[in-house]
Amino acid sequence: MRKTLTYAMLIFFSLLFIAPLFWAVTTALKSQQELYLFPPKWIPSVWKFSNFAEAWNTQPFNLFLKNTVIITALSTIGQLISCTLVAYGFARFQFKGRDMLFLVVLATMMIPWEVTMIPQYMEFNYLGWINTLKPLIVPSWFGSAYYIFLLRQFILTLPRELDEAATIDGASKMTVLFRIIVPLMGPSLILVAVFQIMNCWNDYLGPLIFLNDQTKYTLTLGLSQFKGMYGVDMQSIMAITCLISIPPLAIFFFAQRYIVGGIATTGIKG
Amino acid sequence: MAQTYLQHTREQSAALKPSRKRRWGGAAPYLFIFPWIFGFIVFTLGPLLFSLIISFFDWPIVGKVTFIGVDNYVQMFTNDPMFWKSLFVTLKFAALFVPLNIIIALGLAMLLNQKVRGSAIFRTAFYLPSVISGVALAMIWSWVYSGDYGILNYFLSLFGIQGPDWLNDTKWSLVAMVVASLWGQGSMMLIFLAGLKGIPKDLYESASIDGAGKIRQFFSVTIPMITPTILFNLITSIIAAFQQLTLALLLTGGGPLKSTYFYAMYMYENAFKYFKMGYSAANAWFMFLIVLVLTFLVFKSSEAWVFYEGEMKKNSQKKLKAGKGGQTG
Repeated sequence: MRKTLTYAMLIFFSLLFIAPLFWAVTTALKSQQELYLFPPKWIPSVWKFSNFAEAWNTQPFNLFLKNTVIITALSTIGQLISCTLVAYGFARFQFKGRDMLFLVVLATMMIPWEVTMIPQYMEFNYLGWINTLKPLIVPSWFGSAYYIFLLRQFILTLPRELDEAATIDGASKMTVLFRIIVPLMGPSLILVAVFQIMNCWNDYLGPLIFLNDQTKYTLTLGLSQFKGMYGVDMQSIMAITCLISIPPLAIFFFAQRYIVGGIATTGIKG
Repeated sequence: MAQTYLQHTREQSAALKPSRKRRWGGAAPYLFIFPWIFGFIVFTLGPLLFSLIISFFDWPIVGKVTFIGVDNYVQMFTNDPMFWKSLFVTLKFAALFVPLNIIIALGLAMLLNQKVRGSAIFRTAFYLPSVISGVALAMIWSWVYSGDYGILNYFLSLFGIQGPDWLNDTKWSLVAMVVASLWGQGSMMLIFLAGLKGIPKDLYESASIDGAGKIRQFFSVTIPMITPTILFNLITSIIAAFQQLTLALLLTGGGPLKSTYFYAMYMYENAFKYFKMGYSAANAWFMFLIVLVLTFLVFKSSEAWVFYEGEMKKNSQKKLKAGKGGQTG
């Protein structure tokens, strides 16, 4: 009885969460005539797969895709390298002011982005970086507090005896990091990569503020353009919504056990 | 949170001090953390201080920069109805969003924590919307909420209810915004799930031996054990509520009649629409202060309601001992 109730509720809520997505997909496949029917038609009578290609061609989405991929790839590589180095520095060394500095790392997570938004904009403006992809890539190469924290927690769980054995064999700190620590960090590095890819791919405010020329636009900016245009079919919007959601969904699908396991072990408690 | 970690590292360093301090010292560690130090100064600390400076100036993005002292702040508090309006909208949003977010995320996590088949599928279903970008979410919801052909009103019509034009009705627009925001909050559910999985089973066993029913167990075991997780989610929810911007920009643009004109949006428009950089920086600092004060109050109050595992173990052991004593005696 209790089991049945649990299943019923799980199924009910799952449907609630998935229904709008399902509807977005079917809307993308509908023909013009079926769009504004009331009551709505869930399954289109004719599946118009051509909608996807048509929607994609209404704006230079190939270019937007290229921009998004460049930003995502470069900033993810940057985060992985810089956060690994910094996390290792904090996890494995004794130095003056370390605990204070680490507290500052944690504190930066509390600063709302809005507070630094305007000076950052002016800074990038001064550097001539506005309307280039640089503001969306370069800061990632200096590490984000959240990932540094996550990776540091992981490195702390690795036995120090490993480092020491290697050091006695004459390995340098860098060798220890890249030959011993990094190979063991696989899951948490994947977790960082997944988070960063998702954030970058889905970012809207960053591109909105730093980019103003259409040739520099990202996918999310391209999609939001539909909002302002007059007379665009809803199925185009839904088709693009579906298309640009595929990569994050695919990544989530393959990485979800790392995500779930990762959150459980990074120690949010306390 | 921070304190516990620091304690942790301190214990470690204490253990290391006598033998290894010299070997691990030197310039090397600073080289490793250099990327963060550089990034912090250039992209966080510098801008943070600079934004404080800007807030005392009349600073258009092009044109003459004038020092005006605290005029921006005076203007904000005494002569700007939009400031108060947007602050009030944000507070209303937070008052609805934060508790609902926590209750729903915890409820879903508890459902997922039951032993059920296909839990990975359900977990994925609840998490899916969080994977999609805010822009795509906004597009989907603008369609769901449509007054004439939206699915929400279709469902209501099945029960004979004539739904409003959600996003264009001042009575419902903010509620609609809350619901749309809640939909993409799967990560909080996962964090709760991780917290629930961390509760030792024997606590439930000893509670049921003591004769506690399911409801009693929920309030005396589950809730106290996940209070640290609740604290974490509470604080991140508050920050998220104050920073809500993407959905408002895309769903309503702040309307109708500014009923969804969030504080973050006001800040954004001041900076990038009216180019009042100094004024917007003052807005930003005031928001920072509000969030800081709220976070501080939550932390302060948490001393009364958050239980950390260390204390819990002691208590439950006492309880167990007392229980055993009772049984044998």
